[in-house]
Amino acid sequence: MAADQSTAAGTALTGEQVARQVVLPFKKSVEIAFKSIQARFFRSMITTLSLVLAVSFLSFVNVSTDMANGLLTTGDPVVRENLTAAGYDIGPRDASVGSSPKQRWIVILSLLVCVVGIVNAQLMAVTERFREIGTMKCLGALDRFILRLFVLEAGIQGVAGASIGAVAGGLFAVLNAWIAFGSVALRVLPAGAVTASILSATGVGIALSLLGVLYPAAVAARMQPVEAMRVEQ
Amino acid sequence: MTQIRNIVRVSKVTKTFKLGKVLVEALKGIDLEIAAGNYISIMGPSGSGKSTLFNMIGGLDKPSAGKVFIDEVDIAQLDAYELAWLRCRKIGYIFQTFNIIPVMTALENVTLPMTFAGMNSDEAITKGIGLLQLVGLGDRFEHKPSELSGGQQQRVAIARALANDPAIILADEPTGNLDLTTGEEIISLLKQMSQDRGVTVISATHDFKMLNVSDQVVWIRDGLIDKIEDREELSISVGRIGSR
Repeated sequence: MAADQSTAAGTALTGEQVARQVVLPFKKSVEIAFKSIQARFFRSMITTLSLVLAVSFLSFVNVSTDMANGLLTTGDPVVRENLTAAGYDIGPRDASVGSSPKQRWIVILSLLVCVVGIVNAQLMAVTERFREIGTMKCLGALDRFILRLFVLEAGIQGVAGASIGAVAGGLFAVLNAWIAFGSVALRVLPAGAVTASILSATGVGIALSLLGVLYPAAVAARMQPVEAMRVEQ
Repeated sequence: MTQIRNIVRVSKVTKTFKLGKVLVEALKGIDLEIAAGNYISIMGPSGSGKSTLFNMIGGLDKPSAGKVFIDEVDIAQLDAYELAWLRCRKIGYIFQTFNIIPVMTALENVTLPMTFAGMNSDEAITKGIGLLQLVGLGDRFEHKPSELSGGQQQRVAIARALANDPAIILADEPTGNLDLTTGEEIISLLKQMSQDRGVTVISATHDFKMLNVSDQVVWIRDGLIDKIEDREELSISVGRIGSR
Protein backbone atom coordinates (compact mmCIF):
# COMPACT_ATOMS: atom_id res chain seq x y z
CA MET A 1 0.00 0.00 0.00
CA ALA A 2 2.73 2.39 1.00
CA ALA A 3 4.62 1.50 -2.15
CA ASP A 4 1.57 2.32 -4.26
CA GLN A 5 1.26 5.74 -2.66
CA SER A 6 4.86 6.65 -3.18
CA THR A 7 4.59 5.57 -6.83
CA ALA A 8 1.54 7.79 -7.28
CA ALA A 9 3.39 10.73 -5.74
CA GLY A 10 6.36 10.08 -8.00
CA THR A 11 4.06 10.02 -11.00
CA ALA A 12 2.45 13.31 -10.03
CA LEU A 13 5.88 14.90 -9.74
CA THR A 14 6.85 13.61 -13.17
CA GLY A 15 3.58 15.02 -14.49
CA GLU A 16 4.48 18.52 -13.37
CA GLN A 17 7.90 18.33 -14.94
CA VAL A 18 6.59 16.97 -18.22
CA ALA A 19 4.63 20.06 -19.18
CA ARG A 20 7.82 22.10 -19.11
CA GLN A 21 10.26 19.57 -20.35
CA VAL A 22 8.98 18.10 -23.57
CA VAL A 23 9.05 20.97 -26.03
CA LEU A 24 9.50 21.72 -29.69
CA PRO A 25 10.00 25.46 -30.21
CA PHE A 26 7.94 26.93 -33.04
CA LYS A 27 11.03 28.17 -34.87
CA LYS A 28 12.49 24.67 -34.80
CA SER A 29 9.22 23.18 -36.13
CA VAL A 30 9.25 25.58 -39.06
CA GLU A 31 12.87 24.66 -39.72
CA ILE A 32 12.10 20.92 -39.70
CA ALA A 33 8.99 21.38 -41.87
CA PHE A 34 10.95 23.46 -44.36
CA LYS A 35 13.77 20.93 -44.53
CA SER A 36 11.28 18.14 -45.02
CA ILE A 37 9.84 19.91 -48.03
CA GLN A 38 13.30 20.70 -49.35
CA ALA A 39 14.43 17.09 -49.02
CA ARG A 40 11.38 15.79 -50.85
CA PHE A 41 11.19 18.73 -53.21
CA PHE A 42 9.95 16.87 -56.28
CA ARG A 43 7.22 15.07 -54.33
CA SER A 44 6.08 18.26 -52.60
CA MET A 45 6.08 20.01 -55.94
CA ILE A 46 3.66 17.47 -57.41
CA THR A 47 1.37 17.75 -54.38
CA THR A 48 1.50 21.51 -54.72
CA LEU A 49 0.92 21.39 -58.47
CA SER A 50 -2.71 20.26 -58.12
CA LEU A 51 -3.25 23.22 -55.80
CA VAL A 52 -1.55 25.58 -58.26
CA LEU A 53 -3.83 24.40 -61.08
CA ALA A 54 -7.07 24.60 -59.09
CA VAL A 55 -6.24 28.01 -57.61
CA SER A 56 -5.13 29.40 -60.94
CA PHE A 57 -8.45 28.28 -62.43
CA LEU A 58 -10.36 30.02 -59.63
CA SER A 59 -8.25 33.14 -60.04
CA PHE A 60 -8.66 33.06 -63.82
CA VAL A 61 -12.45 32.89 -63.63
CA ASN A 62 -12.70 35.68 -61.05
CA VAL A 63 -10.22 38.00 -62.74
CA SER A 64 -11.90 37.43 -66.11
CA THR A 65 -15.19 38.56 -64.57
CA ASP A 66 -13.42 41.61 -63.13
CA MET A 67 -11.99 42.40 -66.55
CA ALA A 68 -15.43 42.07 -68.18
CA ASN A 69 -16.87 44.42 -65.58
CA GLY A 70 -14.07 46.84 -66.29
CA LEU A 71 -14.86 46.69 -69.99
CA LEU A 72 -18.57 47.27 -69.34
CA THR A 73 -17.79 50.58 -67.63
CA THR A 74 -16.60 51.96 -70.98
CA GLY A 75 -20.25 51.93 -72.14
CA ASP A 76 -18.99 51.25 -75.67
CA PRO A 77 -21.65 49.22 -77.59
CA VAL A 78 -18.92 47.49 -79.65
CA VAL A 79 -17.19 46.23 -76.51
CA ARG A 80 -20.58 45.12 -75.22
CA GLU A 81 -21.18 43.15 -78.37
CA ASN A 82 -17.72 41.61 -78.18
CA LEU A 83 -18.36 40.54 -74.58
CA THR A 84 -21.62 38.87 -75.57
CA ALA A 85 -19.84 37.21 -78.47
CA ALA A 86 -17.16 35.99 -76.02
CA GLY A 87 -19.88 34.18 -74.11
CA TYR A 88 -20.72 36.65 -71.31
CA ASP A 89 -24.38 36.62 -70.41
CA ILE A 90 -25.26 40.34 -70.52
CA GLY A 91 -28.76 41.70 -70.66
CA PRO A 92 -29.35 44.93 -72.66
CA ARG A 93 -29.36 47.14 -69.56
CA ASP A 94 -26.94 45.24 -67.28
CA ALA A 95 -24.17 47.42 -65.86
CA SER A 96 -22.21 44.52 -64.42
CA VAL A 97 -21.63 40.85 -65.11
CA GLY A 98 -21.27 37.97 -62.71
CA SER A 99 -19.86 34.50 -63.29
CA SER A 100 -22.45 32.08 -64.60
CA PRO A 101 -23.77 29.28 -62.33
CA LYS A 102 -22.15 26.74 -64.64
CA GLN A 103 -18.78 28.42 -64.21
CA ARG A 104 -19.18 28.49 -60.47
CA TRP A 105 -19.96 24.78 -60.42
CA ILE A 106 -16.91 23.94 -62.47
CA VAL A 107 -14.73 26.02 -60.12
CA ILE A 108 -16.20 24.36 -57.02
CA LEU A 109 -15.73 20.93 -58.57
CA SER A 110 -12.12 21.66 -59.46
CA LEU A 111 -11.46 22.82 -55.89
CA LEU A 112 -13.08 19.65 -54.52
CA VAL A 113 -10.97 17.46 -56.77
CA CYS A 114 -7.94 19.41 -55.60
CA VAL A 115 -8.73 18.81 -51.90
CA VAL A 116 -9.23 15.10 -52.52
CA GLY A 117 -5.92 15.05 -54.35
CA ILE A 118 -4.17 16.76 -51.44
CA VAL A 119 -5.70 14.34 -48.91
CA ASN A 120 -4.54 11.44 -51.05
CA ALA A 121 -1.02 12.77 -51.49
CA GLN A 122 -0.66 13.63 -47.79
CA LEU A 123 -1.97 10.22 -46.68
CA MET A 124 0.67 8.63 -48.89
CA ALA A 125 3.30 10.92 -47.41
CA VAL A 126 2.24 9.81 -43.92
CA THR A 127 2.42 6.11 -44.84
CA GLU A 128 5.79 6.66 -46.42
CA ARG A 129 7.06 8.34 -43.29
CA PHE A 130 5.60 6.04 -40.62
CA ARG A 131 9.06 4.98 -39.51
CA GLU A 132 10.26 8.57 -39.26
CA ILE A 133 7.17 9.54 -37.24
CA GLY A 134 7.54 6.49 -34.98
CA THR A 135 11.19 7.30 -34.41
CA MET A 136 10.37 10.90 -33.50
CA LYS A 137 7.86 9.61 -30.99
CA CYS A 138 10.46 7.25 -29.53
CA LEU A 139 12.71 10.28 -29.11
CA GLY A 140 10.00 11.94 -27.06
CA ALA A 141 7.82 13.81 -29.56
CA LEU A 142 4.23 14.48 -28.46
CA ASP A 143 1.26 13.94 -30.76
CA ARG A 144 0.91 17.65 -31.27
CA PHE A 145 4.52 18.04 -32.45
CA ILE A 146 3.79 15.66 -35.30
CA LEU A 147 0.46 17.36 -36.03
CA ARG A 148 2.18 20.74 -36.07
CA LEU A 149 4.93 19.56 -38.40
CA PHE A 150 2.44 18.25 -40.96
CA VAL A 151 0.19 21.31 -40.73
CA LEU A 152 3.21 23.59 -41.12
CA GLU A 153 4.43 21.68 -44.13
CA ALA A 154 0.98 21.93 -45.71
CA GLY A 155 0.88 25.62 -44.80
CA ILE A 156 4.19 26.31 -46.53
CA GLN A 157 3.10 24.31 -49.57
CA GLY A 158 -0.25 26.11 -49.48
CA VAL A 159 1.25 29.60 -49.38
CA ALA A 160 3.69 28.80 -52.18
CA GLY A 161 1.23 26.91 -54.39
CA ALA A 162 -1.73 29.23 -53.87
CA SER A 163 0.19 32.44 -54.50
CA ILE A 164 1.85 31.07 -57.62
CA GLY A 165 -1.49 29.73 -58.86
CA ALA A 166 -3.44 32.90 -58.10
CA VAL A 167 -0.90 35.21 -59.77
CA ALA A 168 -0.55 32.90 -62.78
CA GLY A 169 -4.32 32.59 -63.21
CA GLY A 170 -4.77 36.36 -62.85
CA LEU A 171 -2.03 37.16 -65.37
CA PHE A 172 -3.46 34.68 -67.80
CA ALA A 173 -6.94 36.21 -67.45
CA VAL A 174 -5.54 39.71 -68.14
CA LEU A 175 -3.60 38.40 -71.13
CA ASN A 176 -6.69 36.62 -72.38
CA ALA A 177 -8.81 39.78 -72.13
CA TRP A 178 -6.10 41.79 -73.88
CA ILE A 179 -6.00 39.34 -76.77
CA ALA A 180 -9.81 39.07 -77.03
CA PHE A 181 -10.77 42.73 -76.63
CA GLY A 182 -7.66 44.66 -77.55
CA SER A 183 -5.76 47.26 -75.58
CA VAL A 184 -8.98 48.84 -74.28
CA ALA A 185 -9.11 45.99 -71.77
CA LEU A 186 -5.81 47.14 -70.22
CA ARG A 187 -6.86 50.81 -70.15
CA VAL A 188 -9.96 50.08 -68.06
CA LEU A 189 -8.30 47.38 -65.95
CA PRO A 190 -9.98 47.46 -62.52
CA ALA A 191 -6.74 47.08 -60.53
CA GLY A 192 -8.46 47.00 -57.13
CA ALA A 193 -10.94 44.28 -58.03
CA VAL A 194 -8.26 42.19 -59.77
CA THR A 195 -5.95 42.39 -56.74
CA ALA A 196 -8.83 41.45 -54.45
CA SER A 197 -9.66 38.45 -56.65
CA ILE A 198 -6.04 37.26 -56.67
CA LEU A 199 -5.73 37.69 -52.90
CA SER A 200 -8.98 35.86 -52.21
CA ALA A 201 -7.93 33.01 -54.53
CA THR A 202 -4.65 32.78 -52.57
CA GLY A 203 -6.58 32.65 -49.32
CA VAL A 204 -8.89 29.93 -50.62
CA GLY A 205 -5.85 27.93 -51.78
CA ILE A 206 -4.11 28.11 -48.40
CA ALA A 207 -7.36 27.13 -46.66
CA LEU A 208 -7.79 24.14 -49.00
CA SER A 209 -4.24 22.99 -48.39
CA LEU A 210 -4.77 23.11 -44.62
CA LEU A 211 -8.17 21.42 -44.93
CA GLY A 212 -6.62 18.64 -46.98
CA VAL A 213 -3.88 17.90 -44.44
CA LEU A 214 -6.06 17.77 -41.31
CA TYR A 215 -7.06 14.12 -41.56
CA PRO A 216 -3.64 12.82 -42.70
CA ALA A 217 -1.93 14.85 -39.96
CA ALA A 218 -4.30 13.39 -37.36
CA VAL A 219 -3.48 9.90 -38.64
CA ALA A 220 0.23 10.68 -38.33
CA ALA A 221 -0.13 12.15 -34.85
CA ARG A 222 -1.98 9.07 -33.58
CA MET A 223 0.65 6.70 -34.94
CA GLN A 224 2.18 4.53 -32.21
CA PRO A 225 5.91 4.80 -31.49
CA VAL A 226 6.20 1.02 -31.75
CA GLU A 227 5.75 1.44 -35.52
CA ALA A 228 9.39 2.51 -35.61
CA MET A 229 10.36 -1.02 -34.61
CA ARG A 230 8.63 -2.64 -37.56
CA VAL A 231 11.17 -4.32 -39.76
CA GLU A 232 9.31 -5.15 -42.96
CA GLN A 233 9.51 -2.39 -45.52
CA MET B 1 28.58 -4.59 -0.90
CA THR B 2 26.47 -1.78 -2.28
CA GLN B 3 22.76 -2.16 -2.76
CA ILE B 4 21.88 -3.21 -6.31
CA ARG B 5 19.39 -0.78 -7.79
CA ASN B 6 16.81 -2.21 -10.16
CA ILE B 7 16.25 0.10 -13.08
CA VAL B 8 13.56 -2.10 -14.60
CA ARG B 9 11.20 -4.35 -12.70
CA VAL B 10 8.65 -6.49 -14.48
CA SER B 11 6.09 -8.09 -12.21
CA LYS B 12 3.65 -10.86 -13.24
CA VAL B 13 3.22 -9.39 -16.69
CA THR B 14 0.89 -11.02 -19.16
CA LYS B 15 -0.05 -9.72 -22.57
CA THR B 16 -2.89 -10.99 -24.67
CA PHE B 17 -3.43 -10.00 -28.27
CA LYS B 18 -6.59 -10.47 -30.22
CA LEU B 19 -5.90 -11.93 -33.62
CA GLY B 20 -9.24 -11.91 -35.38
CA LYS B 21 -11.42 -13.83 -32.95
CA VAL B 22 -8.62 -15.80 -31.37
CA LEU B 23 -6.90 -14.60 -28.22
CA VAL B 24 -3.17 -15.11 -28.34
CA GLU B 25 -1.22 -15.05 -25.11
CA ALA B 26 2.14 -13.57 -25.99
CA LEU B 27 3.40 -13.27 -22.43
CA LYS B 28 2.21 -15.66 -19.76
CA GLY B 29 3.44 -14.09 -16.56
CA ILE B 30 6.93 -12.68 -16.59
CA ASP B 31 8.89 -11.63 -13.54
CA LEU B 32 12.16 -9.93 -14.20
CA GLU B 33 14.47 -7.55 -12.45
CA ILE B 34 17.21 -5.71 -14.27
CA ALA B 35 19.97 -4.11 -12.26
CA ALA B 36 21.20 -0.65 -13.21
CA GLY B 37 24.37 -0.52 -15.27
CA ASN B 38 24.16 -4.06 -16.61
CA TYR B 39 24.30 -5.22 -20.19
CA ILE B 40 21.32 -7.50 -20.72
CA SER B 41 20.46 -9.58 -23.75
CA ILE B 42 16.98 -10.91 -24.24
CA MET B 43 17.21 -13.99 -26.43
CA GLY B 44 14.58 -16.18 -27.88
CA PRO B 45 13.23 -17.52 -31.13
CA SER B 46 10.80 -15.46 -33.22
CA GLY B 47 7.30 -15.58 -31.79
CA SER B 48 8.55 -16.30 -28.28
CA GLY B 49 7.20 -13.02 -26.94
CA LYS B 50 10.66 -11.49 -26.93
CA SER B 51 9.64 -8.37 -28.85
CA THR B 52 6.47 -7.99 -26.78
CA LEU B 53 8.47 -8.03 -23.54
CA PHE B 54 11.01 -5.70 -25.07
CA ASN B 55 8.34 -3.19 -26.12
CA MET B 56 6.82 -3.42 -22.67
CA ILE B 57 10.14 -2.51 -21.02
CA GLY B 58 10.51 0.37 -23.46
CA GLY B 59 7.14 1.85 -22.56
CA LEU B 60 5.95 1.28 -26.12
CA ASP B 61 3.22 -1.14 -25.10
CA LYS B 62 1.19 -1.68 -21.96
CA PRO B 63 0.70 -5.06 -20.27
CA SER B 64 -2.73 -6.73 -20.11
CA ALA B 65 -2.04 -7.60 -16.49
CA GLY B 66 0.87 -7.10 -14.16
CA LYS B 67 3.14 -4.13 -13.80
CA VAL B 68 6.24 -2.72 -15.41
CA PHE B 69 8.30 -0.33 -13.34
CA ILE B 70 10.97 1.82 -14.87
CA ASP B 71 13.05 3.50 -12.22
CA GLU B 72 10.30 2.44 -9.77
CA VAL B 73 7.59 4.30 -11.71
CA ASP B 74 4.69 2.16 -12.90
CA ILE B 75 4.41 2.94 -16.60
CA ALA B 76 0.74 1.94 -16.76
CA GLN B 77 0.01 4.99 -14.58
CA LEU B 78 1.63 7.42 -17.00
CA ASP B 79 -0.34 9.51 -19.46
CA ALA B 80 0.79 10.43 -22.96
CA TYR B 81 2.90 13.41 -21.81
CA GLU B 82 4.65 11.45 -19.13
CA LEU B 83 5.36 8.59 -21.49
CA ALA B 84 6.83 11.04 -23.99
CA TRP B 85 8.95 12.50 -21.21
CA LEU B 86 10.09 9.00 -20.22
CA ARG B 87 11.05 8.20 -23.82
CA CYS B 88 12.82 11.50 -24.17
CA ARG B 89 14.81 11.50 -20.94
CA LYS B 90 15.07 8.01 -19.52
CA ILE B 91 15.28 5.71 -22.52
CA GLY B 92 17.41 5.75 -25.63
CA TYR B 93 16.22 3.58 -28.51
CA ILE B 94 18.34 1.80 -31.08
CA PHE B 95 16.61 0.03 -33.93
CA GLN B 96 17.43 -2.81 -36.27
CA THR B 97 16.72 -0.53 -39.22
CA PHE B 98 18.77 2.37 -37.74
CA ASN B 99 15.87 4.81 -38.22
CA ILE B 100 18.00 7.86 -38.73
CA ILE B 101 15.59 10.57 -39.83
CA PRO B 102 16.46 10.82 -43.52
CA VAL B 103 15.87 14.52 -44.05
CA MET B 104 18.25 15.53 -41.28
CA THR B 105 22.03 15.44 -41.02
CA ALA B 106 23.78 13.20 -38.50
CA LEU B 107 24.19 16.12 -36.11
CA GLU B 108 20.55 17.21 -36.42
CA ASN B 109 19.49 13.66 -35.66
CA VAL B 110 21.57 13.65 -32.50
CA THR B 111 20.38 17.08 -31.35
CA LEU B 112 16.66 16.42 -31.94
CA PRO B 113 16.04 14.63 -28.61
CA MET B 114 17.92 17.44 -26.85
CA THR B 115 15.62 19.98 -28.53
CA PHE B 116 12.62 18.01 -27.25
CA ALA B 117 14.19 18.07 -23.79
CA GLY B 118 14.36 21.86 -23.96
CA MET B 119 18.11 22.28 -24.31
CA ASN B 120 19.15 25.41 -26.16
CA SER B 121 20.54 25.07 -29.63
CA ASP B 122 24.22 25.97 -29.04
CA GLU B 123 24.52 23.66 -26.07
CA ALA B 124 22.85 20.87 -28.04
CA ILE B 125 25.23 21.29 -30.98
CA THR B 126 28.30 21.19 -28.74
CA LYS B 127 27.03 18.10 -26.96
CA GLY B 128 25.95 16.50 -30.25
CA ILE B 129 29.39 16.94 -31.80
CA GLY B 130 30.93 15.51 -28.62
CA LEU B 131 28.70 12.43 -28.81
CA LEU B 132 29.43 11.90 -32.50
CA GLN B 133 33.16 12.09 -31.76
CA LEU B 134 32.64 9.56 -29.01
CA VAL B 135 31.13 7.05 -31.46
CA GLY B 136 33.88 7.75 -33.99
CA LEU B 137 32.01 10.00 -36.43
CA GLY B 138 33.59 13.30 -35.44
CA ASP B 139 34.28 14.30 -39.03
CA ARG B 140 30.98 13.25 -40.57
CA PHE B 141 28.38 15.19 -38.63
CA GLU B 142 27.20 17.24 -41.59
CA HIS B 143 26.42 14.13 -43.65
CA LYS B 144 22.92 12.97 -44.49
CA PRO B 145 22.03 9.34 -43.64
CA SER B 146 22.08 8.46 -47.34
CA GLU B 147 25.79 9.32 -47.38
CA LEU B 148 26.58 7.04 -44.44
CA SER B 149 27.10 3.28 -44.36
CA GLY B 150 24.91 1.00 -42.24
CA GLY B 151 27.50 0.79 -39.48
CA GLN B 152 27.93 4.56 -39.49
CA GLN B 153 24.17 5.06 -39.33
CA GLN B 154 23.98 2.75 -36.35
CA ARG B 155 26.74 4.79 -34.69
CA VAL B 156 24.67 7.94 -35.24
CA ALA B 157 21.74 6.07 -33.68
CA ILE B 158 23.88 5.22 -30.63
CA ALA B 159 24.94 8.85 -30.29
CA ARG B 160 21.28 9.87 -30.61
CA ALA B 161 20.20 7.33 -28.00
CA LEU B 162 22.75 8.84 -25.58
CA ALA B 163 21.64 12.41 -26.26
CA ASN B 164 19.72 13.04 -23.04
CA ASP B 165 21.94 10.82 -20.85
CA PRO B 166 19.30 8.12 -20.49
CA ALA B 167 19.33 5.47 -17.77
CA ILE B 168 18.45 2.73 -20.23
CA ILE B 169 19.36 2.02 -23.82
CA LEU B 170 16.98 -0.32 -25.59
CA ALA B 171 18.48 -1.94 -28.62
CA ASP B 172 16.19 -3.99 -30.85
CA GLU B 173 18.34 -6.37 -32.90
CA PRO B 174 21.00 -3.66 -33.28
CA THR B 175 23.20 -5.88 -35.42
CA GLY B 176 20.41 -7.47 -37.45
CA ASN B 177 21.06 -5.43 -40.59
CA LEU B 178 24.85 -5.32 -40.31
CA ASP B 179 27.60 -7.61 -41.51
CA LEU B 180 29.73 -9.62 -39.10
CA THR B 181 32.61 -7.18 -38.56
CA THR B 182 30.44 -4.07 -38.38
CA GLY B 183 28.11 -5.89 -36.01
CA GLU B 184 31.02 -6.69 -33.72
CA GLU B 185 32.13 -3.06 -33.78
CA ILE B 186 28.64 -1.91 -32.82
CA ILE B 187 28.41 -4.46 -30.01
CA SER B 188 31.74 -3.41 -28.52
CA LEU B 189 30.74 0.25 -28.84
CA LEU B 190 27.52 -0.46 -26.94
CA LYS B 191 29.44 -2.38 -24.30
CA GLN B 192 31.93 0.44 -23.95
CA MET B 193 29.15 3.03 -23.58
CA SER B 194 27.51 0.84 -20.97
CA GLN B 195 30.75 0.58 -18.99
CA ASP B 196 31.89 4.19 -19.34
CA ARG B 197 28.58 5.84 -18.66
CA GLY B 198 26.85 3.32 -16.44
CA VAL B 199 23.94 3.03 -18.85
CA THR B 200 21.84 -0.11 -18.67
CA VAL B 201 21.78 -1.67 -22.11
CA ILE B 202 18.90 -4.01 -22.86
CA SER B 203 18.96 -5.64 -26.22
CA ALA B 204 16.66 -8.09 -27.91
CA THR B 205 18.68 -10.22 -30.24
CA HIS B 206 19.31 -13.42 -32.16
CA ASP B 207 22.97 -12.60 -32.41
CA PHE B 208 25.22 -14.98 -30.46
CA LYS B 209 28.08 -12.47 -30.72
CA MET B 210 26.12 -10.47 -28.19
CA LEU B 211 26.53 -13.19 -25.53
CA ASN B 212 30.24 -12.46 -25.06
CA VAL B 213 29.60 -8.98 -23.71
CA SER B 214 26.35 -9.56 -21.82
CA ASP B 215 26.30 -9.46 -18.04
CA GLN B 216 23.08 -11.37 -18.08
CA VAL B 217 21.12 -13.26 -20.71
CA VAL B 218 17.38 -13.71 -20.43
CA TRP B 219 16.05 -16.61 -22.47
CA ILE B 220 12.41 -16.34 -23.46
CA ARG B 221 10.40 -19.29 -24.68
CA ASP B 222 6.66 -19.45 -25.31
CA GLY B 223 5.88 -16.30 -23.37
CA LEU B 224 7.76 -17.40 -20.26
CA ILE B 225 11.28 -16.91 -19.00
CA ASP B 226 13.12 -20.10 -19.80
CA LYS B 227 16.21 -19.24 -17.82
CA ILE B 228 18.33 -16.28 -16.76
CA GLU B 229 22.04 -16.82 -17.05
CA ASP B 230 24.73 -14.65 -15.55
CA ARG B 231 28.02 -14.03 -17.22
CA GLU B 232 29.92 -16.77 -15.33
CA GLU B 233 27.48 -19.51 -16.23
CA LEU B 234 27.46 -18.35 -19.82
CA SER B 235 31.02 -19.19 -20.70
CA ILE B 236 30.25 -22.83 -19.99
CA SER B 237 27.11 -23.06 -22.04
CA VAL B 238 28.14 -20.93 -25.04
CA GLY B 239 29.69 -23.87 -26.83
CA ARG B 240 26.47 -25.75 -26.63
CA ILE B 241 24.48 -22.75 -27.80
CA GLY B 242 26.76 -22.22 -30.71
CA SER B 243 26.43 -25.80 -31.86
CA ARG B 244 22.68 -25.84 -31.42
